[in-house]
Amino acid sequence: MKTLPTTPPDFEALVASHGLRLDPRPLDTLQLNVTRLCNQACHHCHVDASPKRTEQMDRRTADRCLEVLAAHPSIATLDLTGGAPELNPEFERLVVEARRLGRRVMVRHNLTVQLDPHPVTGTSLEHLPGFFAAHEVVVVSSLPYHQEYFTDKQRGRGVFGKSIEALRRLNAVGYAQPGRGLPLNLVYNPVGSYLPPEQKALEAQYRRELLERHGVRFDALWTITNMPIHRFRAALERAGTYDDYMARLAGAFNPAAAENVMCRSLLSVGWDGRLFDCDFNQQLDLELQGPDGAPVTIFDLDLEALSRRRIRFEAHCLGCTAGSGSSCGGATA
Amino acid sequence: MEYYDPKDLARFGEVGKFRPDLAQKFFEYYGAATGTDGALSRREKALIALAIAHSKQCPYCIDAWTRGCLEAGSNPEEMTEAVHVAAAMDAGVTLVHGVQMHNHLDRHGA
Repeated sequence: MKTLPTTPPDFEALVASHGLRLDPRPLDTLQLNVTRLCNQACHHCHVDASPKRTEQMDRRTADRCLEVLAAHPSIATLDLTGGAPELNPEFERLVVEARRLGRRVMVRHNLTVQLDPHPVTGTSLEHLPGFFAAHEVVVVSSLPYHQEYFTDKQRGRGVFGKSIEALRRLNAVGYAQPGRGLPLNLVYNPVGSYLPPEQKALEAQYRRELLERHGVRFDALWTITNMPIHRFRAALERAGTYDDYMARLAGAFNPAAAENVMCRSLLSVGWDGRLFDCDFNQQLDLELQGPDGAPVTIFDLDLEALSRRRIRFEAHCLGCTAGSGSSCGGATA
Repeated sequence: MEYYDPKDLARFGEVGKFRPDLAQKFFEYYGAATGTDGALSRREKALIALAIAHSKQCPYCIDAWTRGCLEAGSNPEEMTEAVHVAAAMDAGVTLVHGVQMHNHLDRHGA
């Protein structure tokens, strides 16, 4: 029997009950969501990205992000996400310029974008592995499982086969090869409404299966919990399991994971320049606000003021604190 | 009211209502036996538990260990093989008693 969602657990009350205060830490990562356009339309996607989306960061906003990086050397990492970030015309310039500034550049690369034509222009992106290697980009790629069934169920028919081909091409230009300094990290997230397995054990399983069956190498596997927002929340509600899932996340609350939530040291920038505590808050329009309640954008960034802000937490944040924790860099506890 | 209400699984702890000391010993033992990596991995233990859940035909256990297998990194292919192991064992347990039937026939000259 389907049930309508009831009041979700109170995240901040749960945090307080463990005697925790989750204040901002020094900012080390600027994460730009440069487009909601994607060549895929995955069932779990918290961005609701698809080939039909049109939002993308313009040149002026991208320039401003680069100015911020140049002015703040303490921001060590530029993390580019989307959608498929490679589909934004500003993408390659952002990578080149951020590398010129000496920053670590991380790209959330969905693998198939190498092989599919650009959904708008139809152009090929097969040069991406070579481009990534030339600029020593850290590649982070979703692969929901080391087998076809779960991967295609979540990301669409044929995605597993194309992902394996794309991984081979990354390996061929040096990614995950000893001594090359080209990191290739994979991301697991559950296909259904359950928590991720233990990261190290699953990583060993992936390493063995991908090498033996497909000859593919990678560096680390990061496990990420599905966020109960947008498409995944809609799927939970359709199945009548939203309340169960929220209760499960709350029941698995881990104070050690909460201590290390990524929003304490990351700033998320939307395609339109608005600032957020994380990419999930961005998709929920939970923007950073000034004293007058107006949205804060990258154009009026004040790091000192940001360090005193109150991070905006809501029920979905339970996704980052359940079990071994979850972040854009995998488990946190 | 259903006899096997899925929500009752979350109330498992209530079996300690009258003898909490015994329930505590059981839950500690259960957690140690099934929830830790040892000579067998948690994934292997979850597959064994799933097989037994089917053999014993316990709806609570099937719900719990289907989830348990997935959260230990298993997949439907492995889980289905585990259920086949349970089914084959159940069939074998029945069939091997056919030897007892033969013994009886022999004893009675049939």
